[in-house]
Amino acid sequence: MGDSQYSFSLTTFSPSGKLVQIEHALMAVGSGQTSLGIKAANGVVIATEKKLPSVLVDETSVKKIQCLTENIGVVYSGMGPDSRVLVRKSRKQASKYHWLYKESIPVTQLVRETAAVMQEFTQSGGVRPFGVSLLVAGYDDNGPQLYQVDPSGSYFSWKASAMGKNVSNAKTFLEKRYTDDMELDDAVHTAILTLKEGFEGQISGKNIEIGIIDANRKFRVLTPTEIDDYLAEVE
Amino acid sequence: MSIFEYNGSAVVAMVGKNCFALASDRRLGVQLQTLATDFQKIYKIHDKLYVGLSGLATDAQTLYQRLVFRHKLYQLREERGIKPETFASLVSALLYEKRFGPYFCQPVIAGLGEDDKPFICTMDSIGAKELAKDFVVAGTASESLYGACESMYKPDMEPEELFETVSQALLASVDRDCLSGWGGHVFIVTPSQVIERTLKARMD
Repeated sequence: MGDSQYSFSLTTFSPSGKLVQIEHALMAVGSGQTSLGIKAANGVVIATEKKLPSVLVDETSVKKIQCLTENIGVVYSGMGPDSRVLVRKSRKQASKYHWLYKESIPVTQLVRETAAVMQEFTQSGGVRPFGVSLLVAGYDDNGPQLYQVDPSGSYFSWKASAMGKNVSNAKTFLEKRYTDDMELDDAVHTAILTLKEGFEGQISGKNIEIGIIDANRKFRVLTPTEIDDYLAEVE
Repeated sequence: MSIFEYNGSAVVAMVGKNCFALASDRRLGVQLQTLATDFQKIYKIHDKLYVGLSGLATDAQTLYQRLVFRHKLYQLREERGIKPETFASLVSALLYEKRFGPYFCQPVIAGLGEDDKPFICTMDSIGAKELAKDFVVAGTASESLYGACESMYKPDMEPEELFETVSQALLASVDRDCLSGWGGHVFIVTPSQVIERTLKARMD
């Protein structure tokens, strides 16, 4: 490896101006399972494929989409265990905010706090960067919102985004399909179609996960039966 | 004698139609000796949010500095002014943080919230909120303020009538209290303007 001198220290720039460990973290995300999110006019959908290592695994026990607060959900691509740490820290931060202001945390604030944690892990001793990117979907006073947070701690607001395997294909697909006036139901259909593009094998309610939030501001993970209904609609 | 009565104070907030009034006396004393007759007890947080701090003056000033600090941080982080309800929760949390060594203050918070809906509230020195639809009182003259407000308050008063009512209630009450008085300070806040007036009263 050419830049091996620089590939162990988290905080030493390589001569070409890169932090190699962060690039490696991004590689870990890039080889993770595909996740995507779409912001519709009246809500947000996030979705991911749920490939299991063996048919013997009980698929009902695997939950890749989780709630951070009642009105904010998150999905990851990359290393599962790392995402749990971030989910735990984010939930605690949301809880603290609520304790102080007796008001639920705005999406931007929670994303900023989470991104700050991820940044800290690129500059602290004895740790490594997180091997995950997050898609955060929420609905607050500022309407529906979708954010992507990367291992470096940078974050962006997206109309639609994808990450993990097949990112470029998925993003091209989303670019073609996305419209500003899209309703949530259309967005769910588009999400399913995008996942289908790069999916190996037969897609079903058991091997993908979908989370939605609409104007009632309650984030919800769809049940396999509900997903099957949507799958029937797109076919 | 309670430490809350060391300096003397009278603070009252009242709700009108799409507006509120926040009034206080102007005395700063040390027990029965008057030191100043132009003492500020009402502070501005932002254009539509004010806080009156009754109780021990030194703690009131320190508490005010902390409130300004926290509000500035909030504004920078969230790029918006704080809602009165949210601010009340923040004050409550700051006070309870000092549960076993409290600021000897009883704050009165008054502001215009979303859609310019008036919000008033008071709390004790360890942050137990007391919300009210009509009026809240605090300070050494609070007992007489209760009586005056209960008999004078009417719902949905216009700004000028509200000013008259809150001023009369304040002046009547401080005359029955040795530790507060020496004039009054009244804020009337409406969605479009803030009326600030000082009242002349018995100067003894």
